Amino acid sequence: MEKNVWDMLLGFFAWCCAILLAGSMILIIGFLIVKGYEAISLELIFANTSPLEALLFKQQVFGGLFPAMVGTFFLVLLSIGFALPLGLASGIFLAEYAPDSIKKIFSLCFDILAGVPSIVIGLFGFSITILLHHSFNSQIFPCLLISALSLAFLVLPYIIKTTQGALESIPLLIRLTAPSLGATKLENIFLVLLPTSISDITSGIVLAIGRCAEDTAVIMLTGVVAVAGIPKSIFSGFEALPFYVYYIASEYSDQSELMKGYGAAMILLLICAGLFGISHWVKKWLTEKTRFSY
Amino acid sequence: MQPREHIAGIIFWGATVLSAGVTLAVLGFMVILSLPIIKNDMILEVLMGPWSPDHGLFGILPMIVGTLCIALLSLVVSFPVSLGCSIFIEIIRPDKFGRFLKKFVRLMTAVPTVIYGFVGVFLLVPQVREFVSHGSGMCILSASLMLGLVISPTMILFFSQSFARVPKTYLNAVDALGGNQFQKLIYLLFPQAWPGILTGIILAFGRAMGDTLIALMISGNSVMLTTSPLDSARTLTAHIAMIIAADFDSIEFKTIFVCGGILYLMTSFGILLARFSAGKQN
Repeated sequence: MEKNVWDMLLGFFAWCCAILLAGSMILIIGFLIVKGYEAISLELIFANTSPLEALLFKQQVFGGLFPAMVGTFFLVLLSIGFALPLGLASGIFLAEYAPDSIKKIFSLCFDILAGVPSIVIGLFGFSITILLHHSFNSQIFPCLLISALSLAFLVLPYIIKTTQGALESIPLLIRLTAPSLGATKLENIFLVLLPTSISDITSGIVLAIGRCAEDTAVIMLTGVVAVAGIPKSIFSGFEALPFYVYYIASEYSDQSELMKGYGAAMILLLICAGLFGISHWVKKWLTEKTRFSY
Repeated sequence: MQPREHIAGIIFWGATVLSAGVTLAVLGFMVILSLPIIKNDMILEVLMGPWSPDHGLFGILPMIVGTLCIALLSLVVSFPVSLGCSIFIEIIRPDKFGRFLKKFVRLMTAVPTVIYGFVGVFLLVPQVREFVSHGSGMCILSASLMLGLVISPTMILFFSQSFARVPKTYLNAVDALGGNQFQKLIYLLFPQAWPGILTGIILAFGRAMGDTLIALMISGNSVMLTTSPLDSARTLTAHIAMIIAADFDSIEFKTIFVCGGILYLMTSFGILLARFSAGKQN
């Protein structure tokens, strides 16, 4: 087939765009790796403390990234803990219980919540803190709990949409089998529908974990601090990896601090890319495990 | 119905109402906390005036303009490239090259924005500074370039999804008539997929407006009204992040809730528009 000039131009344009995009991404990640690979070491994370002692929380780590990593870990754990039950229940309601008219209103609500900038969610968390501070207890300040709660609001719409979508995509054949054998609606949901869609739901949850781990704007307003050590309770300030990266970029004072910033950025990138990989792997693995043969 | 079934239904319903309540509560808090400004008839002054707290001026107009400039410019930078990439994925190389690029774009969504910001500060800003040869290099242009990269996955995935939704029989018909790829794109895919393309653009614009870290780290955060892309500017989001440490009772502090409210309303409006245009393609 003879190609005309317009086709060749179109192909050229598309190749250019693809190369430009991939090239800039590789440049960014390559820059980080080239500059930061020297910084990656056990000392970067644990400083002068022995790793075992630090991991058992026997000794405080000063100057390493360990407190920030622990802070991020607890933050993710708490916020997913808040968002998961609420999100799953809402997703089940929208997919299985709600009539169409109600479903439309609610899903518009969650679309809007998903679109709200994270800094506004952070501001919301901050104003809740002010409210609690004034009306309940003047000991309440921005803290780990408030951050986790705000982050939970941020990822809630994603969990709801994933659950709803996964349940709604189940074929009618599977959906009707159990009820026709006499199962109740609840039994059908928990014994058939949820297990069938577990792969989609789990991979969505892992992506939500990634969002919790990377978000900086929300925690910036609700309790993250530059130096806090391991958080003592859910009512204390905490350190977090993404905030550390931001903090170093704007306030670093010497070369060694900057190198720690590069190291932190690389670790954060590894965590997020890893979670992304896990989400794909979980989806594949669980899909194979739960596949029905007709 | 058994009581257990009944209770479960009520729990699911309650959870949904609670979650939806959060959406409304966010708006409610923004409005209530900016009430002092609305009540004192300062709202016009705040929306239209310049920002200079030392002279008692608390206008957020420069930040609104800054937000729109950075978001628009990033869209202008990112749209052609994103369109090109989605054409690459769906039309030019739908084989393994295209699939690989699509996976790569998906992976891009997992990269934290603070990383883009970090690399922006140490890689892009020095380049821009040298290129422009004056100023610090922290300007609308730098922020827009980086932000363009951040929002491109949203557009690429939406564009290629709406290209893919054009029925296969139509594509075959074009081939049977002897149409080439360029004609297929202009006469079939664009007319069929434009609502999807529009939806992608709107959502990407919303993302660009809502991003905090890129603007905060590399746009320079000056409060002057901008006149050129090489000027430094401050966005609404960055403004909130910077003023949060101010005194609770000051007017400065109260204006950030106006900023939050504006951001909320603008993104919600975007979502409504996007839903409307997404409904057009069936």
